[in-house]
Amino acid sequence: METSFAITGKGYVLMAADTTAARSIVKMKTDEDKIKTLSPHLLMAYSGEPGDTVQFAEYVERNIRLYQIRNVYALRPAAAASWIRRSLAESLRSRKPYSVNLLLGGYDTSSYNPQLFWIDYLGTMTEVPFAAHGYGAYFALSLLDRYHDPSASLEEGLDTLRRCIDEVSKRLVVTPGKYKVKIVDKDGVREIEL
Amino acid sequence: MSIMDHNGGSVIAMVGKDCVAIASDLRLGDRALSISSNFQRIFPITDRIYVGLPGLGTDVATLRERFRFRVNMYTIKEEREIEPETFAHLVSSTLYEHRFGPYFIEPVMAGMSKTPSGGYKPFIAATDLIGCLNFAKDFVVAGTASSKLYGVAEGLWEPDLEPEDLFETISQTLLNAADRDAFSGWGAIVHIITKDKIITRTLKGRMD
Repeated sequence: METSFAITGKGYVLMAADTTAARSIVKMKTDEDKIKTLSPHLLMAYSGEPGDTVQFAEYVERNIRLYQIRNVYALRPAAAASWIRRSLAESLRSRKPYSVNLLLGGYDTSSYNPQLFWIDYLGTMTEVPFAAHGYGAYFALSLLDRYHDPSASLEEGLDTLRRCIDEVSKRLVVTPGKYKVKIVDKDGVREIEL
Repeated sequence: MSIMDHNGGSVIAMVGKDCVAIASDLRLGDRALSISSNFQRIFPITDRIYVGLPGLGTDVATLRERFRFRVNMYTIKEEREIEPETFAHLVSSTLYEHRFGPYFIEPVMAGMSKTPSGGYKPFIAATDLIGCLNFAKDFVVAGTASSKLYGVAEGLWEPDLEPEDLFETISQTLLNAADRDAFSGWGAIVHIITKDKIITRTLKGRMD
């Protein structure tokens, strides 16, 4: 089943999302990238109803890009999160709401802080030190309660992330095979091989 | 399970002697799974009015934005700050506008209102999710722990409490009620409003 994690550390946000695109009981694809780069310092992991996810993620991506083109500066993470939340909240009370859960991680280049937001399909948003979506959340969150350190170096952060993935692989019946891991820090966004 | 219990959380407001207090827990959950232990659901409206919005998390944020907009419009039009009584009716009408597709929030308000003689008197009120106002003289409660809050508040509250005593009373009421509710807890925040200052304190709670 779909799972995504994100953790903050000293000057960075790490994000991991599984790469399976499933339909019913069939794995259609195992190299799907479910983490979008919204701006030079902003990452968004999305999961939920297939179709809605990509549609909504592209809508957000282009609107964030449009804002940057118009105003030269990109939205800061908290501002982008508020805009995305509002889009989901308005969609919730429409005829066909988007069923998309998000993790939004960014590095604020003005205050030099990493920020992470947990957003669900209802438009519920909260800033958190670590977050997860999907069935993996039930295992990862309790693990992160124990092992998460907001001042951890990148190596320690990656170790914690590996622990999450291993725990989900060990205990969840329907385990995703592969994960894509991305990081955002002062240097921008890049992909990491675990 | 009602949609009102989806994210959990509770708010309480109490009247004291020339002061009022409003307090809330800090949990945000997704049903039984706790997501955040620092979810603010009490917001300042003016220097002397606070509103607590227990209920569905998405509507906490949406209503907060709506109230900020409507209070700003009021302030510009009237060229003065809104009074707590007026704000209570603004909350009520905002909710009743959505009578047949409501916001899943039961707001609790606390503030100090101006008297004709130039003094201030305590004001608290709460509404249900479609805006039925309840002006109480002692305390108002709302949220997933509301039934427990009634019980503890009924036992602990007494008239004319000084600010520090009111702080103790509302804190103990909230903490003990939240401990009996699986959907509330994980710390709390308390605001004491007097005529010239606001005291805000965060409380530690049980993390289970």
